[in-house]
Amino acid sequence: MHIPDGILNITTIATTYAVSAGGVGYGLREARKKLAERHVPLMGIMAAFIFAAQMLNFPIIGGTSGHLIGAALAAILLGPWAAVLIMACVLIAQSLIFQDGGLLALGANVFNMGIIASFAGYYLYRFTTRLMGMSRRGKLFGAFIAAWGSVFLAAIACAIELWVSGVLPIQVALPAMAGWHALIGIGEGLITVAVLSLVIATRKDLLELQKI
Amino acid sequence: MRLKWWHIGLLICLAVALLAPLASISPDGLERVAKDKGFIESALEAPYQLIADYLFPGIENEALATILAGIIGTLILFGVVYSMAWLLKRGRRESP
Repeated sequence: MHIPDGILNITTIATTYAVSAGGVGYGLREARKKLAERHVPLMGIMAAFIFAAQMLNFPIIGGTSGHLIGAALAAILLGPWAAVLIMACVLIAQSLIFQDGGLLALGANVFNMGIIASFAGYYLYRFTTRLMGMSRRGKLFGAFIAAWGSVFLAAIACAIELWVSGVLPIQVALPAMAGWHALIGIGEGLITVAVLSLVIATRKDLLELQKI
Repeated sequence: MRLKWWHIGLLICLAVALLAPLASISPDGLERVAKDKGFIESALEAPYQLIADYLFPGIENEALATILAGIIGTLILFGVVYSMAWLLKRGRRESP
């Protein structure tokens, strides 16, 4: 879902850059308050995993592929602001080094896949586990819902940006983006559940870290 | 040095990067919409290229170029975010 340059208009570019810069700035402040020694390796591993897994596009129907965003997984394990920081680093590296996602569109990409996806994932997980309970099943179900919702809402944010940039009418952008990403979100859900069950099986304590 | 959990975690990440040549080459969700709705042509090329399209430049073998790009990116992200977290962590006060 990396938006290239040349698509968004200047107003959208400026607005999303401002919001994302504010979000990352606030995230850094939160991290400075709450981040402890034991968060440090997981932060690094999460960023490395998200980068590697994002390269691995999986096929969905109709000659389309999707890839993990990873913000929901990061937000479940580390909290939403930590996830925003991790996603921002991944997206900045992808844009600067790998020419994936435009330099001007970076603000929008951080907003969609960093801020929206992280917070959607975090609160959907909290909400679902509150309903289902904190059993293993509840957590994995919550992770699936969180991951699916994070992709779906990020896609809707992207559709709105296409609309306000005058690329597509909203009645075209919304169903197209939401439709494909409702399917891609299933892949996100399955990968997130797989990783979370690996964490539960091997290092359950990592789930108990204070959320940032 | 004792083996820590995250050493294994990093190896798992690098193993995932090794799988990158198996990735589907179909357009992703946004690219698909851009193609179907006819705005893919407005996308601009990047003003410069380093490891564009996740292919390490100058390597004929595409799978190898992809794996190399993946490993470099995975290690960079680990290093950058680990360092960032270490600098931000509580209880570490910079001396003037």
